[in-house]
Amino acid sequence: MSLRSPLGRARGLGSAKSGTGHFWMQRLTAIALVPLALWFAISVVGLSGADYATAKAWAGRPVNAALMLLVLLTAVWHAILGVQVVIEDYVHGGAAKWFGLIATRLLGGFLAVFMAVSVLKVAVGG
Amino acid sequence: MSSSHRPLSPHLQIYRLPLLAVMSITHRIAGVALAIGLLLLAWWLGALAAGPGAYGAVQAVLGSLIGRVVMLGFTGALFYHLFNGLRHLLWDIGWGFEIPQAYNSGRTVIAVAALATVVTWLAAL
Repeated sequence: MSLRSPLGRARGLGSAKSGTGHFWMQRLTAIALVPLALWFAISVVGLSGADYATAKAWAGRPVNAALMLLVLLTAVWHAILGVQVVIEDYVHGGAAKWFGLIATRLLGGFLAVFMAVSVLKVAVGG
Repeated sequence: MSSSHRPLSPHLQIYRLPLLAVMSITHRIAGVALAIGLLLLAWWLGALAAGPGAYGAVQAVLGSLIGRVVMLGFTGALFYHLFNGLRHLLWDIGWGFEIPQAYNSGRTVIAVAALATVVTWLAAL
């Protein structure tokens, strides 16, 4: 017999209050990053040693800008989830742990916005 | 009560971690390294948006010897985390849990990641 209420069971969120959300997003972003990371690696190879005009022209093409946006947003999300797990596993002091978790999210959010604005400036702003 | 002959938990200074344990912790270390590497990507993208001067400064750092060594490390970390991540996804759907399979897939990941790193640098240089 279960002591869990019917509502709690229907929500399925468990004691951490987020259910399988973290697990699922970690896997979903991982699957998305398989082709994105390969495209990114090939692109970086193509741009190695490229001068400013070449790199700017490359980033100005819509397909490259779109894929780069997907790479950075997915990678930052995946990184936030992964670093969160590492902190939760190894940092046990209350203040240090929460500082790390909050800093990870804030820094990740800043990086995502900063990189997205940069990509869009090159792609749209000319 | 004597406990001198009781088995002890692994003594980390003399215990040799099995390959699978080394690969597990390496996956985490590579992941954290790649997360830090996002700072480098942000620097490069920000410089590209800022203009030729900033872009040239970033390219000069990345093209230096230290920059190339760091980029080589990121290349290896990316391919290791990518291919070992695929291995983790296969485990998630229940494939390859037997110990010999885990060793085979592990050695495959190491070989493919090393090969991809070498091919990438041959293509880039």
